[in-house]
Amino acid sequence: MRHRLDIRIGPVAFRIGSAWKAPLDALARLYASYPAPEDGLADFTVRLEPERPWRRFIRPSVAIRGDYTLADAAPLSLAHGLLAAEMGMNLQMALGQKRYLLLHAATVERDGRALIMTGESGAGKSTLAALLGERGWRLMGDEFALLDMASGDLLPFPRAVSLKNGAIEVMQAEVPAERFGPRLDGTPKGAIRHMRPNAEAIDRMGEGATPALILFPRFGETQAVRGVGAAEVFMRLTQASTNYVALGRDGFDALNRLIAANPALAIDYPDTETAVALVEDFWRARAA
Amino acid sequence: MNARLLVRALRDPASVTNCDWPGLISAARAEQLIGSLAFRMESQPVPARVASVFGAARRDAAYARTQALWEAEMARRALAPLGVPVILMKGTAFHAASYDACIGRSVGDLDIMVPRASLDAVEAALIDAGWERMKEAEGYDDVYYRRWMHELPPLIHRARDRMIDVHHTILPLTARPTPDAGALIADSVELENGLRILSPPDIIVHAAAHLLADGDLAGGLRNLWDIDRLLREFAAADPAFWDKLRARARLHQLERAVARALRLAHRLYGTPLEKRDSPSFSIADRLFEARILARNGWGQEKRKLLRFAFYVRSHWLRMPPLMLARHLWTKATRRPARS
Repeated sequence: MRHRLDIRIGPVAFRIGSAWKAPLDALARLYASYPAPEDGLADFTVRLEPERPWRRFIRPSVAIRGDYTLADAAPLSLAHGLLAAEMGMNLQMALGQKRYLLLHAATVERDGRALIMTGESGAGKSTLAALLGERGWRLMGDEFALLDMASGDLLPFPRAVSLKNGAIEVMQAEVPAERFGPRLDGTPKGAIRHMRPNAEAIDRMGEGATPALILFPRFGETQAVRGVGAAEVFMRLTQASTNYVALGRDGFDALNRLIAANPALAIDYPDTETAVALVEDFWRARAA
Repeated sequence: MNARLLVRALRDPASVTNCDWPGLISAARAEQLIGSLAFRMESQPVPARVASVFGAARRDAAYARTQALWEAEMARRALAPLGVPVILMKGTAFHAASYDACIGRSVGDLDIMVPRASLDAVEAALIDAGWERMKEAEGYDDVYYRRWMHELPPLIHRARDRMIDVHHTILPLTARPTPDAGALIADSVELENGLRILSPPDIIVHAAAHLLADGDLAGGLRNLWDIDRLLREFAAADPAFWDKLRARARLHQLERAVARALRLAHRLYGTPLEKRDSPSFSIADRLFEARILARNGWGQEKRKLLRFAFYVRSHWLRMPPLMLARHLWTKATRRPARS
């Protein structure tokens, strides 16, 4: 490939190759303060390449490929190259990560204990985690939680937060402009803007945490809270995992230990401020 | 780099010390050989990150094996009432027999072979047990498969999302060689659970036919790795193996494909052959070798022209010229398939 950039996010190292310079320049700016992988080693390779050879120049079209590729993934325009890189890394994690039990979940940490938030896309977990990360919590990740099956600890995966639509304004009000990538309008997911986590999240990206509480947040509803039984938590978390089945018995045991040791709550909330207040209440109750 | 580094790592793991590790890993993933490589490299000193990639690949290989054997068991249960011989083929067969070739071997579809006369009953029983047609019934592909191919149109299981290919011989009926399907079945070997696998010489003949007399050499590195592992194991277990292989290759009209597969395996993986001295390697062999190695360290396909030439060859092998023209015309002019 013509251009290459290596990035380490938590325990995972990526090698990203691109036929164009621009997407990697944008990526390098966004991930400016991240450590480089040791000795150019990588767990996964991402390729941003023209869908057909001539599409490098004529109406450039970025196909998202790599060690693991979805045959029917739609290509993106070159202007959305940064999103293509993000999706390429997500794809490797979703299809190729077999070292840790992977949960599609956001995690934040305080006093060495982790809060897991999972829900369907649009449930608000990304925004909520990003906001908590600016308000006294350490952001461990807005997208993937990595459960170490041997220790039961969660490992951070603090990639650049992918903010969508309304969440962009919410975070722009809290975070200095230098931590944002370019605003990408008209992507398949609407408007997107990436946000680099703060220095603490990046400096401590090698540091895991013990799980303490599981939340199922849902944005845009009237405020409601209910406890969730172990069986439902188990079903929801298996659905939120991309590799639960492939990990076999180790995955089953690790998930069961996680569920047995942690209370779980489903919370509906009308706005992010309400959610932040609810989370603080639960956390105090959990600590007491 | 190209796929040569991958070949060297598989052939002689100790020779790979300070190399382009991401390139090796990407090439191995692209060629579906990451599991095999991970086991070959298990006792080598490698950087910690590489060791963890290989460790995860070994774990994944264990899952692939469980899944492949479970699919075979599901097919066995569906077909047992029919009382027909059911022969496992390719990767599932290696796993079921626990041949060395199964170590780290990934498995895609389940491939089985049954007597041609039982095809209708087998297909009906599979559909009863939850497999579904993927091709439109009576559409061009469906009719083409049933009339000219060595297998039924693929079926996919509605709950497990896994495909099954039901063969009745090992080459399309339109190919020039005509393997003896009756002999393949008659000489097959029964496993403990009642399923069967081809006899060792026929396994090699099938692997060679699949690699060199049928497709466009996609996945060739893995096919040759299978052949290498199988030949080492079979030749060590049976002093008369090479004679048997020669006889079976002749019987199935696949002497040329088998001979070339042996030369390529020897050339790439150092497979010990019957005679001491290396076989002579022709210009045509070199083209096959170049096609098989057409992968770079980013996992990309290289040598587009050579790849296309082998794609054309695969169609040429598969059918006579007039039929090929008609087939390509139909494929080119029809509306896109729904799937």
